[in-house]
Parts: sequence; C-alpha cells; structure tokens
Amino acid sequence: MYLTDRSAPAHAGTDQERRRGPGRKVAPVVLVLGTVSLITDISSEMVTAVLPLYLVTTLGFSPLGFGTLDGVYNGVSALVQLTGGHLADRIRNHKLLAGLGYGLSALCKPLLLLASSIGTLGAVLALDRTGKGLRTAPRDAMISLSTPTGKQGRAFGVHRAMDTTGAMLGPLAAFLILRTAVDGYDAVFGVSACVAVLGVLVLVLFVPGRERGAGRRGAGQAGEPSASGDARAAATATDSDSAQDDAAASDETQAAPGAKQPVRVREALALLRIPRLRALAGCAALLGLTTVSDAFVYLLLQRRAGIAEEWFPLLPLGTAVVFLLLAVPVGALADRIGRRTVFLAGHAVLLTAYALLLWAPDTPALPCLVLALHGVFYAATDGVLPAALAAVVPGHLRASGLAIVGTSQALARFCCSLAFGAAWTMWGDGPALAGSAIGLLCCAAVAGVVLRPADSTR
Amino acid sequence: MTSMRRRLLILVAAVLVLAGVATGVVLHAAARADRANRPQAGGPAVGAGKLTLDQTKRLAFVNGAAGPHRTAVAAVPSDDPKAKRVASDLKCVRFYAAAGTGVCLQSTTGVLKQSNRALLLDANLRTRRTFALAGTPSRARVSPSGRLAAWTVFVSGESYSSAFFSTRTSILDTRTMKLVPSLESFSIVKDGQPYKAADVNFWGVTFARDDDTFYATLNTANKTYLVRGSLAQRKVTTLIENVECPSLSPDETRVAFKKRILSRTDLWHEYVLDLKTLKETALAERHSVDDQATWLENHTVAYALPTQGKVGTSDLWSVPADGTGTPRLLIPGASSPAPL
Repeated sequence: MYLTDRSAPAHAGTDQERRRGPGRKVAPVVLVLGTVSLITDISSEMVTAVLPLYLVTTLGFSPLGFGTLDGVYNGVSALVQLTGGHLADRIRNHKLLAGLGYGLSALCKPLLLLASSIGTLGAVLALDRTGKGLRTAPRDAMISLSTPTGKQGRAFGVHRAMDTTGAMLGPLAAFLILRTAVDGYDAVFGVSACVAVLGVLVLVLFVPGRERGAGRRGAGQAGEPSASGDARAAATATDSDSAQDDAAASDETQAAPGAKQPVRVREALALLRIPRLRALAGCAALLGLTTVSDAFVYLLLQRRAGIAEEWFPLLPLGTAVVFLLLAVPVGALADRIGRRTVFLAGHAVLLTAYALLLWAPDTPALPCLVLALHGVFYAATDGVLPAALAAVVPGHLRASGLAIVGTSQALARFCCSLAFGAAWTMWGDGPALAGSAIGLLCCAAVAGVVLRPADSTR
Repeated sequence: MTSMRRRLLILVAAVLVLAGVATGVVLHAAARADRANRPQAGGPAVGAGKLTLDQTKRLAFVNGAAGPHRTAVAAVPSDDPKAKRVASDLKCVRFYAAAGTGVCLQSTTGVLKQSNRALLLDANLRTRRTFALAGTPSRARVSPSGRLAAWTVFVSGESYSSAFFSTRTSILDTRTMKLVPSLESFSIVKDGQPYKAADVNFWGVTFARDDDTFYATLNTANKTYLVRGSLAQRKVTTLIENVECPSLSPDETRVAFKKRILSRTDLWHEYVLDLKTLKETALAERHSVDDQATWLENHTVAYALPTQGKVGTSDLWSVPADGTGTPRLLIPGASSPAPL
C-alpha cells in the first residue's frame, strides 16, 4: 500500500477536495521518490561529470573507444529494465526491487576507486547501469500506482523535475570538491557513495513497503491501491475534464485476474495483447527510432551556431533548465488536455528544433531557441509517456507494462544513435539530420493515427 | 507517529554520519593535495630561478616532484640531469619548447566544468597569446625552428552524453598567428585514395624542419595510421598502420612511436620506424609507454612512465633509439621533456 492512496480522493468528498485546491498536490510517495531520485542523481552525475577527466589525467587512459562501450551499456540497461519491471510485479514488491537497484549503484561508487584497468572499470560501470535498469520500472510503477489516473502527468512531472534538479547539482558538487582538493577524484567518488547511501536510506525509510496483495486481503484497511483502487481513481478522474482514456483503465482492471496469484511471465507477456499498450509501446519505439540522441543534437548545434568548443559541456544545462521548469506545468497540462496530444506535440516541438538546426539563419538566439525547444520536448514526453500508461496497464502488472514501453523506447533510441552515427559518417551531418527529421515527421504522423482510434472508441 | 519519529531520527543520525564521512574524505584529499605542494625529504632539489627557452644544453620539463614547484616548468643541464632543478613560476599540464618558442597547456577547475587553455610563450616564458581549449590537454609540440606549434586535447560530451570522446588537434603558425583549429578539416589520402569519414581523429603532431611537413596519428574505423601532412596543402597521406604519437628524429630519417601490442587494450610498446625502409625496431623499454616520446639527440629518446606504485606522477626515462641497451631513469618526478 502506498501512502498516497490515503490522500487519494476515493469517496464522495472527492470533488470538493479537488476544488479546494489539492489538485495542486501530489502524493507524498511521489515526493519521497522524487527526493530519492534527486539525491541519487546528484551522486551519479558527480561521477559522470569527472569520469572522463579521471580516466585521462589520473589513470592515463586514452579514452577513444570508451564511447562505444557506453552505447552497449545503455542497451544492456534497457534489457535489465524489463527484468526489473517483471520481477517487481512478480514478487509484488516494487520497493524491494527499486531498493536493490539503488543499492547496487551505490555500491559501485566506492568500487570505482579500486578499478584501475579499463576492464575492471568497465565491469563497475556495467554494474552501475544494471542498478539503474533494475530500479527504473519499479520506481515509475510506484509513482503510477500511488496517483489517481487524472493526475499522473503532474506526478511524473514533479518526479522528473526533482530528478533533473539532482542531475544539475551533481557536476556542481563534483567540481566544488575538485577545487577544494586538487586531483581529489577519490574524494568525489567517496562523497558520491555517501550521497548514494543517503538516497537508498530515504527510500528504505520513507517509501511505504507493504505490498499491494497484502493490503487487498486485509479487507477494509485504509488505502487499498490495487485493482479496485485503480478503478476508483479512474472513476474520480473521469468526472474531471481530463484524459479520455480513463475508461480503458477500469475495463482493464476489472478484466485483470485477482492479484492473489503470482504474476507469471506469460501473464506479463499477455500485456502485449492490450491493444492500447501495444500502440503506445509501438509508437514510443517508432518515435524513438527517429529521436536523435542528445549528444548529436548538442554537437550539431555547436557546429551550426559556431559555439566555442570549450562551452560544449554546458549545452546540456540549457535543456535541463527548461525541462526542470516545465516538467510540472506540462505534465499538468497533459492531464487536462490529454497525454496523447501533449506527447505528440512534444515531438512536433522536437521537429521544429531539427528544422531550426537545418535551416534557421545563424543568429545569437538560435542556440537558446533550440535548447529551449529540446527542453520542452523532454518536458512533454519523458514523464507524459509513463503517465499515459496508468490508464492502460492493470495495477498488478504496472511495472512490467512501464518496462515494456521504456525498453522499447530505449532500444529504439539506441538503434537510432547507431544509425545516425553511420549516416553522419556516410553523408555528413546535414543530410543525416534531414533524414531523421523526415523520419520523425512520418513516425509522428503514424503515431498520431495509431493513437487516435483507442481514444475515439470511447 | 512514533514510527515516523524513529525513522526521522534514523535519517538524521545517518545524515550526520554520512556528512562526517564525506567531509573526512574531502579533507583527506585536500590534505594530500596540500602535501604534494610541500617538499618531501629525499626528493630532488628544486629552486626558483630564471629559465629562458633560448638557453642551450638544457633539458626542460614539467616538474612533478612534491613541493611548491610541482607542475612548474623546470630545467636541468642536459649532461647533468641529477643537478638542482631550476623552476620557473609557469605551471603546465603539458609543455614543449624549441628555438625560443614554448607551448604550455593548462587546466583549471571551474564551477561546472574544467577550463583548459593553451599558452603560446616567448623565450622568457611570457605569454604571447592564449587559446581556449575544447578539452583535457594531451600532447604539445613546437617545430624545430620554433615557428609552428601543435596541441592535442581530449574532448568529451562530459556529463550528459558519452557518445563523443574524441581528440582535437590544432596547429598554430606563430608568425602569422593563423590557427588551424582542427586537423579534421584537412583532406585525407588513405591507401592512395581520397578518404572521407566522420569518425576521423588526429593526435600527436611532430614537425619537420621545413615548417610545412608534419607527421601525426590518424584514427578512423578503429585503426590508427601514421600520416605525413603538409600544412600548405592542407592534406595528409597515410603511410603505415598501428602507429601512435610519432616523434621525428632530429636528422628526420626516423620516427619514434608507440605501437598498440594488443588491439582493444591500453598496452603499447615504443618503436622506431625508419622512414626510408619502413622497418620497425622495438626499443628496449619493456613497460607500456603511453607518451609522445622526445628525441634527446639522434640516438636517444626520452618518454614518461608512471612512477611505480604511485598514481598521478611520472618519471622520465631514456633508451637508445636502435633497440639496444637498457632504459635509464633520466629524471624522477617529471613529464613533458623538451631539450633546449
């Protein structure tokens, strides 16, 4: 049972409550998970910010070829996500799986100090990514399950904003330490480990861990968040002017078998028979195939706008600031006008950014505009996609469902960066981006059509 | 409620413990950094003094010995490298000099990133010009006449992306102050054919006396090549495979280089290549050399090796260039050798 379900309006007073203003409120568990992500991201971004420097200056590595390894890790991480999501549903303990994931990554920070060859370092980084892969789906499932369907967008927005804040504070902390202690990479890793432990601790202490199945058997206990909880949440959401796809949720939750039986792989696979989930996963993958990875976007922008190379590391900050400022309002907007609309609009914004990169005159405003659009794209898609799933996937399979969509998107983006790299090599940066833009336009059109019928069936 | 209070107490206690550990770790590292700036008993003698690049029979280098002059450009007499080091007040990560022109690559830690720059130096080690660098300093070279300078840095997307981790090599004509920001803009002839690819990286330039010809490493499609280039023609031509960080001998007949002995590992062996016969000779150094070697004269090369059992410091070694003999410890606690 999740704390938040207690606060989730589930009775006649709902409407009043909402009008009094708790519409602005997110479930406490979302705030706790946001805090955990914030702390963990400080920890992990501290390491990523200085790792290249550490490799070159202290270990004396020639880091060429390290980038390829990184791509492979991202692929592995995506597959682990699938496992994490399914296991979390299976043992019906999202907190345990998320905790294991956060714990594994925390463990890796001190191990970095012991890694002195590219092999051991690769192993530690792989372990770190495994932790990240394990925790993603159960964590998002906890956010999803603790929030009524009509407020999913805002809840995920709050989480992503906190997450991004951590990612921005991390490099700041790392370079502060490096200025205090010259060449103090060990200190950066040590502090990062302490911060990571704190993140795990906040999760262990403040995320309620009682599983949903138990809550169900203890009938009448406060805050029962499983199938019927979802239905209630869906019902409350439906009477607002929010997402049209809420009806699907109650259908699905009623169709879903009682959560008493353990979740089997077969059952998780049966998720793919839900047309709406298939559509979402398919569209996420399709759009992912044409979403040029951030690194390429920054590189294209840097070349296009002639930004001095020493400022290159600061470009992602522009995206992050916009993302962090807009994640909550855009998430709330998605709740109001429909997640499909916002998700597709986000890709239209990305398409505009591509077009600017390709054709806009070179003015000083160009980098700001492109970074802002890139940030809007993240705000309109990163949290909105999992938010859309809440109404589609039954509660006891939520983590699996989130993992399926997350994995298909991540793998598609991975393929895209390989393909984009190859296209860049063969045809140059302009044609490669133009190709992606055309691809994105087609995919967005297809997604617009595919995602519509499910809405209109209602 | 009591349980909430207990959990909050645990959290507060944990925050205190973790903050204590974190502070301890940072203070420990800061103390160590501080120690490195204090002279150590048994360390080499280093003293501040006047150092100019038009001196002769001197070996300049970046001093790595603990003390106030750590990372400063210093020099010793070529025939007495154990003598007291004369240190300037110029601090560099990487350094090279020839014929009164010097290049100093520096790194400073900023708020959100590392700031790197290249200083072009006159004979009195005064900065003539400063260039912002795109990444972490790696190699620096000056042509024998002192007219051309080159440097290589490692560039990465740092925190948000790791898809890019590449090198950037620039060449500067110090007479016209014309800078080639990246050798990647030069045309490439590979195996006799014009070649174009986005994954091209260059590093480790070495210059000939004519102030036009240079040699460098070219990396593309997971292979490294020795290239000969012409600055005037903005063109490079591949010569042979598996050559990194070339260094041209003073008589311009041979190139010392590091050769990767096992693909996909960071293990190199130092070789000398005869440019006429393309015959490779393995040098007597048995350790993996990850440096751009420097010719002390036509028969000896010098290079840095990590100090045994220590992280972050290196020693300078020398070895005969014909594959005979044994390596000799030239200057402990030093890097970036540059014979003046």
